[in-house]
Amino acid sequence: MTMSRRRRARLFRGVQYAVLLIAIAVLALVADWGTLRQAFFDVEIAKALFPEVITTALVNTAYYTLLGFGFGLGLGIVLALMRLSTVPPYRWIAIAYIEFFRGIPSLLVFIALGFGVPLAFEVALDMDITVMLSLGLVGAAYMAETIRAGILAVPKGQTEAARSLGMSPGRAMVSIVMPQAFRIVLPPLTNELILLTKDSSLVYLLGLSLGQFELANFGRDALNEHKSLTPILIAGLLYLVITLPLGHLVRRLEARTAKAR
Amino acid sequence: MKSDKAPDTPAPSDQAIEVRDLRKSFGDLQVLKGIDLTVGRGDVVCVIGPSGSGKSTLLRCVNLLEEPTSGTVTVAGTEVTDPDVDIDRVRRRIGMVFQSFNLFPHLTALENLTIAQRRVLRRGKEEAERIARANLARVGLVGKERSYPAQLSGGQQQRVAIARALSMDPELMLFDEPTSALDPELVGDVLAVMRSLAREGMTMLVVTHEMSFAREVADRVVFMDDGVIVEEGTPERVVGDPQHERTRLFLARVLDPAAAEMGEVPDTGPHEKRADR
Repeated sequence: MTMSRRRRARLFRGVQYAVLLIAIAVLALVADWGTLRQAFFDVEIAKALFPEVITTALVNTAYYTLLGFGFGLGLGIVLALMRLSTVPPYRWIAIAYIEFFRGIPSLLVFIALGFGVPLAFEVALDMDITVMLSLGLVGAAYMAETIRAGILAVPKGQTEAARSLGMSPGRAMVSIVMPQAFRIVLPPLTNELILLTKDSSLVYLLGLSLGQFELANFGRDALNEHKSLTPILIAGLLYLVITLPLGHLVRRLEARTAKAR
Repeated sequence: MKSDKAPDTPAPSDQAIEVRDLRKSFGDLQVLKGIDLTVGRGDVVCVIGPSGSGKSTLLRCVNLLEEPTSGTVTVAGTEVTDPDVDIDRVRRRIGMVFQSFNLFPHLTALENLTIAQRRVLRRGKEEAERIARANLARVGLVGKERSYPAQLSGGQQQRVAIARALSMDPELMLFDEPTSALDPELVGDVLAVMRSLAREGMTMLVVTHEMSFAREVADRVVFMDDGVIVEEGTPERVVGDPQHERTRLFLARVLDPAAAEMGEVPDTGPHEKRADR
């Protein structure tokens, strides 16, 4: 029996919807909704988390992220310029740094700075500095590559025009190339900020005091206290409060860049 | 090839541009094969020739955007090919206009004109802006101070680029095919600005395909082919009565659109032919 193409497509789509409906029905019947609701969204527990989950945890997450991002951006710019240097050793150092820190887990860097450095050198690093370095050292490696690509994406004619006006190479870079490069890399840099926001959860390793809790640590602490998954869900949702608008911003910036080209 | 120079050539130091035995290679490709060229102060010299003849490279060697392989280039008494010369300092005195404008897209028209004045010449904000406004007026763009390059037409962008170069008070100007990237109807405005500059006595070295401009404005026309200067002289001589076969061939192709259709087309956009009809 032969079937028209249209009939076959309709049948195929029908099958897909049927599978979906069956799956939902099975889930609805099998799942113990009362237990699930209690585990994931206990309203009483959720209420008890506020306002600290915002005023302490969310604020600290944002604070740690910005510390790491600021340091990482500064170091990333330096690395990008080194990577583009005409002096070979600078390029080698930058390449080695970038490859190393892109290749190892952030967790390892946190352990090294949080526990290794204080033990080895018998210095207690300030918490903010530890966080800034741990997040920034890895972030800088990624940002350096992004910024380098941005600098290379600025047309050569821009540098030529700047040099023709008598600007030195450094002046042309700072006044003409860099501002344009940053426009180009704004979307990928914002993505980097999103990644750092999530990576900031690793701070919980460092053993924070109550006032230093960020979202992950706060959630875990409340989990122990309430024996409920609700705090984890709340913490997850609050990460989304930061990352979803940033993701939206990235798409807006990308659309604007696409239009300007 | 012997280039026929004007007989009354003044002393070298009086020249705006002195090019001596200039050679430039990119890898194995020899683009300039020994160029001698003199541009006197206040002269307008047009360089014509087929694409790949090395005329843009010659121009770019004058302000050292390309490093010559050998030979010397002297601009207003300063030998720019001397490794000890501060090239940034020399470039301030040389205005450069590019085929693709190369305006700074992140700055307004006014800021395009002020940034080098302020960062390079260290002029104050007020002075730089006053000079910038005057130069925008000079190229007929009053009211466009706040516009970004992307908001301007190609012809307007190129005029901003000319005004940007003028704002540095250059002693001479280099034009690298300034109208080749423009829509035909926008070419006239740019040429008008260049014409008025020439009339004001600006020294200009212009690589162009605009034969009517060369004939009307140039003091001398230089025809280049295959990395050498084939002939040079007054426009009447070079364009009107070329001595060399290669020049005649090139001019026939550029000036006669029908011939251009029959293969071996030089790199002339449709507008040049139109301008010459």
